[in-house]
Amino acid sequence: MVIQQLINGLMLGSTYSLVAIGYALIFGVLGLLHFAHGEVLMVGAFMGLYIILWTGLPLYITLPLTMVVTGILGMIIQFLAIRPLKKNFHLAPLLSTIGVTIILQNMTMKIFGGYGTRFPDTIAMDNIMLGPYMVSSAKLIIMGVSLLLMVIFYLVIKKTKLGKAMRAVAESHLTAGFLGVNVERTIFLTFGIASALAGAAGVMIGVSYSAISPFIGLTFALKGLVVMLLGGMGNVVGAMIGGLILGVAEVLSITLLPSDVNLQDIFSFGIMIIILIFKPTGLFGSKQNQI
Amino acid sequence: MEYILSVATVAGINIIMALSFYAPFMTGQVSLAQAGFAAIGAYSAAVCTVKFGIPYIPAVITGGVVTGAVGFILGIPALRIKGVYLLLLTLGFGEIVRVIFINIEYVGGAAGFPGIPYQENTFFYAYGLVLILIVCFERLRNSRMGRAMRAVGDDETAAEINGINITAVKLKAFAAGAFIAGMGGGILAHFQEFIEPLMFGVMHSVEYIVFAIFGGVQVFWGPIFGAIVLSFVPELFRFIQAWRHEIYGALLIVMMIIKPEGVITNDSVRFIKKVFRGN
Repeated sequence: MVIQQLINGLMLGSTYSLVAIGYALIFGVLGLLHFAHGEVLMVGAFMGLYIILWTGLPLYITLPLTMVVTGILGMIIQFLAIRPLKKNFHLAPLLSTIGVTIILQNMTMKIFGGYGTRFPDTIAMDNIMLGPYMVSSAKLIIMGVSLLLMVIFYLVIKKTKLGKAMRAVAESHLTAGFLGVNVERTIFLTFGIASALAGAAGVMIGVSYSAISPFIGLTFALKGLVVMLLGGMGNVVGAMIGGLILGVAEVLSITLLPSDVNLQDIFSFGIMIIILIFKPTGLFGSKQNQI
Repeated sequence: MEYILSVATVAGINIIMALSFYAPFMTGQVSLAQAGFAAIGAYSAAVCTVKFGIPYIPAVITGGVVTGAVGFILGIPALRIKGVYLLLLTLGFGEIVRVIFINIEYVGGAAGFPGIPYQENTFFYAYGLVLILIVCFERLRNSRMGRAMRAVGDDETAAEINGINITAVKLKAFAAGAFIAGMGGGILAHFQEFIEPLMFGVMHSVEYIVFAIFGGVQVFWGPIFGAIVLSFVPELFRFIQAWRHEIYGALLIVMMIIKPEGVITNDSVRFIKKVFRGN
């Protein structure tokens, strides 16, 4: 029973990780909270849904397509709502991304309707027996894809020139600029990558929860923030592991604690407050400006 | 007419909430807990009137005092952290408050708390409180405490070197913000006649921040101006009903790009005073 829940937890957690990576990446590179990140995820979920509904493409084509669309959306947000801001007021990015949130939510409501929409069954819902444990194939695929994306992302950060540029910019915009890194372009691409991951998370949340609405953004944005904090602000690897930890912890808390109270949410925010008070650097530490 | 009165009353409550955000903000503390505080105030005031039959004014004040006490307690861990971390702490607190009220059956749980007596003079009570707050903030501005608060907000280290007890100043400001938000919540509860945990989500805390920063945070007239304008703007845009939220969002972005310091600044207050003096 516990191991069964552990598997469910890892599945849930891997989508949290994808959201949190985006937050950590943006916080690491720019030092700001991207409030509309959850809405990018929500748009990703709707994109995925309607690509499947209208064109009938299989999931392995829909997912990359959605990631491209949300990646572009993220870059547009950066270009219109973050790049033009003056640097002297630290709350300006928070407010302008709140503006983006309002716009995206209402546009989605207008285009797709405000009620919850069901995802079609894209993946055959077979149950696979792994020894004595039953796992649905959808959950396995979601977990596999999430982990694969995380590995690819990690390699991009550590091995490619773009990844090097991102890490340099995270340490210091000024120094990176002196050393010939195109800072504006790197920030631009960072938003693209973070938003593409959020879009992927959106599709997978749509597939696993089966119902999406224009208001799911905030829920997952909050979860993503808790995870980022758990792993250490701006620490990308911490965000990956933190997501898995929160997912497992949440699922176990539902199973092990009395079911007459709705403890799941208190649980994750409780973790957040305890960490903030006692270990604000997160479980895996966050050196300021390191991704 | 009744409609305008109702919008104006909501605007009054929004002014109270924007000022409740502004009090801790003066010392550099950005709080996303104000809607959570309003929930505590609303529920305690409603429990006072519905369950114990206490009259309106003492009930609202009780709501404020209870909330102020909670704010004081939350203010202690809030002292240790800054910036984005404080934002997250207060955000988590606000959500926890909401989830706790969902689970308390005594006040109706998720279904909400119905049957709160309607206060038909809410308009006057709300603006009465706004007036009292204006007097307080105006007197605070050039008092020792007010200067200490602004000094802490500008630079904590410099303030401490100059002998300001920053712990006390920040804690007082945070608790005062909670107290104001609690009273606002109490007034709201007796205007709506019905409260539910959903009415106090994070997005409302965000809204209060938007009021304050849109109006300007250099002087307390900013949050007041922001709350009034942004309470009425969506109503004014009713003729383009379908797109008013998008316009609101776009306005926010444009505002942050061209005038991040808000509409009302120290300079504009000085200018208005000059005009009134007639020279």
